[in-house]
Amino acid sequence: MAPLLEVRNLTVAFDTPGGTVHAVNDVSYALNEGETLGIVGESGSGKSVHVLAMCGLIPRPPGRIVAGEVLFQGRDLLTLPERALRDIRGGQIGFVFQDPMTSLNPVLTVERQLVELIRRHTKLDARAARARAIELLEIVRIPDAARRIGQYPHQFSGGMRQRVMIAIGVACRPKLLIADEATTALDVTVQAQILDMVKDLKREFGTTVIWITHDMGVVAGIADTIQVMYGGRIMERGPVDAIFADPRSAYSWGLLQSLPTAERRAEGRLHQIPGSPPDLYKPAVGDPFAPRNVFATPRCQLEMPPLRQAEGSVPGHLVAAWYDLPAALKARRETVA
Amino acid sequence: MSTSPTNPLLSVRNLAKHYTSGGGWLGGASHLVKAIDDISFDIAPREIVGLVGESGSGKSTTGRVVLRLEEPTGGEIRFDGHDITTLPARELKAFRRQMQVVFQDPYAALNPRMTVGDFVAEPLIVHGLVSSRSERSDRVAALFKQVGLDPRFMTRYPHEFSGGQRQRVNIARAVAMRPRLIIADEPITALDVSIQAQIINLFQDLQQELGMAYLFIAHDLSMVRYLCHRVAVMLRGRLVEIAPTEAIFSDPRHPYTRSLLSAIPIPNPAIERARRPLAFDYETQKPAPDAVLTEVSPGHFVLI
Repeated sequence: MAPLLEVRNLTVAFDTPGGTVHAVNDVSYALNEGETLGIVGESGSGKSVHVLAMCGLIPRPPGRIVAGEVLFQGRDLLTLPERALRDIRGGQIGFVFQDPMTSLNPVLTVERQLVELIRRHTKLDARAARARAIELLEIVRIPDAARRIGQYPHQFSGGMRQRVMIAIGVACRPKLLIADEATTALDVTVQAQILDMVKDLKREFGTTVIWITHDMGVVAGIADTIQVMYGGRIMERGPVDAIFADPRSAYSWGLLQSLPTAERRAEGRLHQIPGSPPDLYKPAVGDPFAPRNVFATPRCQLEMPPLRQAEGSVPGHLVAAWYDLPAALKARRETVA
Repeated sequence: MSTSPTNPLLSVRNLAKHYTSGGGWLGGASHLVKAIDDISFDIAPREIVGLVGESGSGKSTTGRVVLRLEEPTGGEIRFDGHDITTLPARELKAFRRQMQVVFQDPYAALNPRMTVGDFVAEPLIVHGLVSSRSERSDRVAALFKQVGLDPRFMTRYPHEFSGGQRQRVNIARAVAMRPRLIIADEPITALDVSIQAQIINLFQDLQQELGMAYLFIAHDLSMVRYLCHRVAVMLRGRLVEIAPTEAIFSDPRHPYTRSLLSAIPIPNPAIERARRPLAFDYETQKPAPDAVLTEVSPGHFVLI
C-alpha cells in the first residue's frame, strides 16, 4: 500500500535581513495510514517549520521551498494551487497548534467557526452542520456543548480552548491530524485527557497522526514511530520501543539521559547536553549536533551522515551518525570501570 | 507546622490575596476572587520547596506576594523571624537583597539596551555593594564564571545570547546579592529541553555552594521530584498538600494530588501506554471552606 504521506528531500529556507536561515534540510520520510508519528525536537529543529511548509502555511517571502516534494495521497502538495490546498487543509488534513488564541478568530463564536468549516468541506446543510459541531464539542468533552457553542473563544479557559481547537482539527474527519505542541501550554491533567481523546479518535476513525512535541513522555504513549530532529534534519527515526530502549543518535540518547528519572535522582545529578542549540544562519557542513557531541568523530564535523538502517536494530530504525553509539558507550563504560 | 528543627528562613501564615472583580461603572455585580487563600508553609535555610499546581492555581501569585511585589490582603510573611508583611518600602529594601527572583522568560527580564555585565552589576550598585569600577568588574566576572558564562561576554547585549545563556545572566544577577532565598517562577519552562538539565544542574550547584533556599514554582513535576526537598500542591488558590518530596510521590493523600501525579507522562513506552490517569472532579471533590491542613504522617500535611 502506498503511504498516506511521503516527504521527499524537503528543504526550506527563510531570507531574513540577518541572512538566510536554513530551517529544514533535506528531510525525507513516509507515513502510513493509521500510523502515529511523534516528532521530537527543540526550537530550530525544523519540526514545526517543515509541517507548516508542506501545507503551504509559511509566509513566502521570507520563506522559500528550496527543494522537495510532499506527496499526500499521491498528489504533490507543494505544486498544488492555493485553492486546492485550502480545500485539503481543514478537510483531509486537520491542524492543532499550540496557541489556540492565535488560531481561533476572537470575534466569531465557536459555532460560527465550526459550522463554516464543516459546510466548506462537507455537503451538510446549516442545521446538520450545527448538530455535527455540537457532537464534536461533546467528543472533545466540553461540558454543556449545546449552550457553550454560542460563546466566543475568550469565554473558554485555556484547556477548553485547546479542546475547541482539537474539535476544529478533527471536524471533517481528516485522514491526517497534525498537532504541533498541542498540549504544551496545558496542565498535565488536561494534557492527559486530550491524549486520551486522540487515542479514541485513532481507534474510532483510524486517523493518521503527526504529534510534534519536545516531551519524550508524551510521545512514548501515543506514537508508533518516533522521529528525532535537530538543526533542520532528521537525526534518528524508528519504532518507539527501539528509540527509547536502544537510541543510536547521540542527540536522542542525550535527551533521554537528561530526563529526571529515578536513576538520575539516585545519582544526584542530571546528564546535561553541553553547549547551545545550533545557529541556523550558519548551518554546519557536517552533522549539526557534532559541536555538542562528545562521541563525535572527525568525519562528523566535515560531512553530514546519511540517514540509514541502524546496525543490529529492528528494520526501519534509521540513524544519521558516523559514530557508533553503542560501541562508544561501551568503551566509555570500560574506561570508567 | 514546623517541619525542621532550625528556625525557618521564610514563614508564611494564612496568606491571602483577594480582589474584587467586576462591579465597575457599568454596574455589573462584583464578586470576590480569592487568588490565594489561607496559605501557610515554611522554608528552612538551604531547603528547596517545590510549588506545583495547574495554571491559575495561585502558585505565581504566592511567589509574588511573598516577595511583596503584590500586597497581601491577609496573613503574615516572616523572613528570618522578622515580620515583613506590612514593612514600608524603605525598610523592605534590606530584606529584598536577601530574597531574589528568577522568572520564566529570560528575555523579558533583561534590559535589551544594557550590556549583560551592567545588568548583573546594577543591583550591586543600587545597594552600594561595590565601591570602584574595578571591584565591580571583578565581582561581575566572578559571577559570570559561577553561572557558567565566559566573563568576556560581559560587554555583550542580551540579543546575542541563547535562551539558556540569558537565563544564566538572570541567575547571575539574582545571586549577585548573595540572597538567602531565591524564588524561581517556572525558570526552565521557556528553555529548550537540551538546556533545561543544564539550568537545573546550575541551580543545584549554586544551592550547594552558596547555601541558598529556593521556592521552585514549576509545572514539570518530574523535575520538581528531582530537585526539591519538599513539595506543596496548590488547587484554585488553596494549598491542599505539603510533604517531603518522596512522601508526596509515593503516598499522595489529596485526590487532586493523586490526579496530578497520575497525569505525568512517563518517558517509557511500555509504562506510558498502560498509564491510566485518575480523574479529579473539582465540583464534587473540592476542599470544604473550613478544611484545615492536617498532619497525616510526620511532616505530611493534607487539607481535610
